[in-house]
Amino acid sequence: MSTVVTQQVDEVKSTPWSGGRSPFNVEYGKMMMWFFLLSDAFTFSSLLISYGALRFSAPTWPTPSLVFQSVPGTSIEHGAPLVFVGLMTLILILSSVTMVLAVEAGHRNARKEVVGWMIATVIGGLMFLGCQALEWNHLHSEGFWWSAIPNAETLKEFFKEGVPLGQQQMSSHQFANLFFTITGFHGFHVFSGVVINIIITINVLLGTYEKRGSYLMVEKVGLYWHFVDLVWVFVFTFFYLV
Amino acid sequence: MSSETATIHHAEAVHGDHEGMTKKRILKVFYILLGITAIEFFVALVIAPKHPGALWINPIYIVLTLVKAFYIIGYFMHLKFEKTGLILAIVIPVLFIIGLILVLTNESHYWIDLRSQLGL
Repeated sequence: MSTVVTQQVDEVKSTPWSGGRSPFNVEYGKMMMWFFLLSDAFTFSSLLISYGALRFSAPTWPTPSLVFQSVPGTSIEHGAPLVFVGLMTLILILSSVTMVLAVEAGHRNARKEVVGWMIATVIGGLMFLGCQALEWNHLHSEGFWWSAIPNAETLKEFFKEGVPLGQQQMSSHQFANLFFTITGFHGFHVFSGVVINIIITINVLLGTYEKRGSYLMVEKVGLYWHFVDLVWVFVFTFFYLV
Repeated sequence: MSSETATIHHAEAVHGDHEGMTKKRILKVFYILLGITAIEFFVALVIAPKHPGALWINPIYIVLTLVKAFYIIGYFMHLKFEKTGLILAIVIPVLFIIGLILVLTNESHYWIDLRSQLGL
């Protein structure tokens, strides 16, 4: 009986939290990327929740299907709600897919495939930024900008009938500031994502990760890129649908 | 499917190299995201105009958005296949956001009352 007790005392604990190994089973940089994205999620939710609070507290608000009913870059000015933003959403989801495919190719150490999918992701990001530039330019040409709204004649088109001009102007100011701040902050994330993706693509081309024996860096920037896509899913819902 | 991935994951738990996402599964998740977005468009363009002022439209959008978020985080970002500890470390802090939503929604109701009292 005494031997049994000794055995129990001497037994080395091998649970994840007993030390000697990473309990989360992820590399340091990847875990830190997760925690950075968590903090970024708080930043974006603060912005979006402030938007929600201001919109709830306003007696009226510009109707999304009236504000976003044109396709910038073409001659379609009216009657096409959600078409352009639908295209933007599709581009970003597709670039997310090419990013996962790059990560998947990295697991197989297939350098050429990683390069191909990374370039596709960069192109997707650039296309999204181009669309956003057109969208901003279109709203700017109508008169929207930070602290700037269109004249009363144009403004009328964005509201249901019978909304007093004072209310229209007040909520349009809030709408313009929030729209450009939030989509701008998101667009800045897309821009940094594209820059980081380009750097990683160059590294893949130089064979940095092949020498290292692991394409974990592709996975880490992949996390960032998917997060940008994730934020867009929320921006899309709360600015264009609700 | 999940029990199958769980066993694969345990077998490879020695190193951070999991085979959670095959090309087939990536495409499947893509079609799910595309399908949900298509449903959102259908609701926005066909259903919503028939029911102006309906209160149940926005909850549909929000639920569908959260489903999309689940698929992006779970599959594309691979969180579903990570250790439970990491999943909890990421998901539990996010729950604090619900607190901010409740506080600011409450506050915004006060603001709109104040506005109507002041005649703004």
